[in-house]
Amino acid sequence: MELICPAGTPATLRAAVVAGADAVYCGFRNETNARNFPGLNFSTAELAEGVRFAHDHGKKVLVAINTFAQPGRVDLWHKAVDEAAQCGADAVIAADLAVLDHAANCHPGLRLHLSVQAAASTPEAVKFYVDAFRVRRVVLPRVLSVQEIAALNRMIDVETEAFVFGGLCVMVEGRCYLSSYATGKSPNLSGVCSPPEHVTYEDDAEGTAARLAGFTIDRYAQSQPTGYPTLCKGRFTAGGKTSYLFEDPVSLNAGGVLAGLKAAGVTALKIEGRQRGKAYVTEVVRAFRRAVDAVEAGGDAAEIDRILAGMSEGGRQTEGAYKKTWR
Amino acid sequence: MPRIALTLGPVFFHWPADRLADFYRRIADQAAVDRVHVGEVVCGKRMPFSDSIWPEVIERLERGGKEVVLSTLAAPATVRERRAVNDWCSEGRLVEINDVTAIPARSGQAFVIGPFVNVYNESTARFFAARGARTICPPVELSLDAIGSIARNCSDVDFEIFAFGRLPLALSGRCYHARLNNLHKDSCQFTCEQDPDGLAVDTIGGQEFLAVNGVQTLSNQVQAFCPTPEDLRAQGIRRLRLSPHTADMVAVAEAYRGLLDGAQSPASTRFALSCLDLPGGMVDGYLSGKPGFHSEGQST
Repeated sequence: MELICPAGTPATLRAAVVAGADAVYCGFRNETNARNFPGLNFSTAELAEGVRFAHDHGKKVLVAINTFAQPGRVDLWHKAVDEAAQCGADAVIAADLAVLDHAANCHPGLRLHLSVQAAASTPEAVKFYVDAFRVRRVVLPRVLSVQEIAALNRMIDVETEAFVFGGLCVMVEGRCYLSSYATGKSPNLSGVCSPPEHVTYEDDAEGTAARLAGFTIDRYAQSQPTGYPTLCKGRFTAGGKTSYLFEDPVSLNAGGVLAGLKAAGVTALKIEGRQRGKAYVTEVVRAFRRAVDAVEAGGDAAEIDRILAGMSEGGRQTEGAYKKTWR
Repeated sequence: MPRIALTLGPVFFHWPADRLADFYRRIADQAAVDRVHVGEVVCGKRMPFSDSIWPEVIERLERGGKEVVLSTLAAPATVRERRAVNDWCSEGRLVEINDVTAIPARSGQAFVIGPFVNVYNESTARFFAARGARTICPPVELSLDAIGSIARNCSDVDFEIFAFGRLPLALSGRCYHARLNNLHKDSCQFTCEQDPDGLAVDTIGGQEFLAVNGVQTLSNQVQAFCPTPEDLRAQGIRRLRLSPHTADMVAVAEAYRGLLDGAQSPASTRFALSCLDLPGGMVDGYLSGKPGFHSEGQST
């Protein structure tokens, strides 16, 4: 299985390659990229240089052009595909039909990966993208169990890629407008979710309230560390109960199902976190390199657990939808 | 001047079969809508409860002069759900596609693209038009200007705006009604049936915010977009969609028909809607490019 690692900066790209990534994914510094955060991402020249570095080390670069093109401005997304191709990118990761169609028509030699933002989870949906755009790999939405992935792989003839570590969407990716309902900005419209400019922290007698666009997403006692108010990871009141209704403030760690994903026929494993720093990416990539190598060599679950111990950053982790009980 | 049509969208909620049948009987006989969507779009587990009523509901609606559209699941997953999508696609009537799963079975025949499919630009709209899309109801987060810009560049398709009802904001693999009741989705006991307009989700600060309906998350507030017909024509919009609630949908349709015929002003239409038993306050922020929970209309 290939290990696909995130890079928000040229330095992180180089670090991920050195730490053991088979491929690094990154994006341009504009709205074509679903991690359109200030201070992150690549200029065309930086991407070209990053591709050269990766290729010199025998590794690949995948370019995420994975937002939905805005009406009247589709050219910006087309140009991003053209530039990725010119830079020698090994594949473009896209979700929007406008982007896929342009890439398939104008760059027939460019490999296309279907972004998780397209949320293709049935054989019919995958077949549609393969037939229409010759997509070569599908990044699987984070709603499928390992058994369902195995069943899907038996019915399709393209590669699949599964998220194994980092942030976790609880909603079907690419079809969630919670963030824009509160803030006006969303993954599909602007490449951001629960954007920082709408976040405020307010201290009162009970502690600190973390708010997004004025909506209280969570509250922390004075002694507790405050978290980031990602909308779907907040505490809400429904039916008289207050709880983390959508998802606990957890992140994904699929270390325990790596062997299962291999048996299910998954081609590539993806680490989330293009917003993360070089040190974090280095540490996670190194650990997952060893874990994936151990799985490939037939290592047992206890060995994988040992390798990935300490990868939690003190936060809580889940295997998400890979275990059917998550639902 | 072209008349702007009214569409009644699919019922998002788990209504018992009797309630659904009664609802559509009244719609067939009394509602001023041109087109009516039927079928389950949110949760495949609910389908066995309503499957048997649709032939009669469809017949009754067609006798009442309504054009019937068969809406398909927004997130089909199981073999049975995928088969249900395929069955409806080959039924012969106009179909609403809510996931690209349905495209291979329907390509080349007429279909409607529902708000769960990502149509964000004119290129995507034209792609679907070339394969049979006759109507497109774009995702609810798009502004009127954005939809207009797409519509004006894809004139062979009717563009429809989600004008009334709690906004469909997200879908999940996880069922929130089940989770709230400490149940798993696979043995959920259909507790979503207890909330025929969805279950209100408030912030811990007590603000009304969202609503859940099984695997679906909606806005707590009710979209109540009340434009002038001229505003819509200028943007090339030909249809408005009303999403069913337990409130009097015949009265909702009548209010919108009055608005679109120029008989009622936006303000009087909003007032008429506010007098109904709506599950939340009225909003329309998305259409003016603002956060969805804003209500621009109140100031005009």
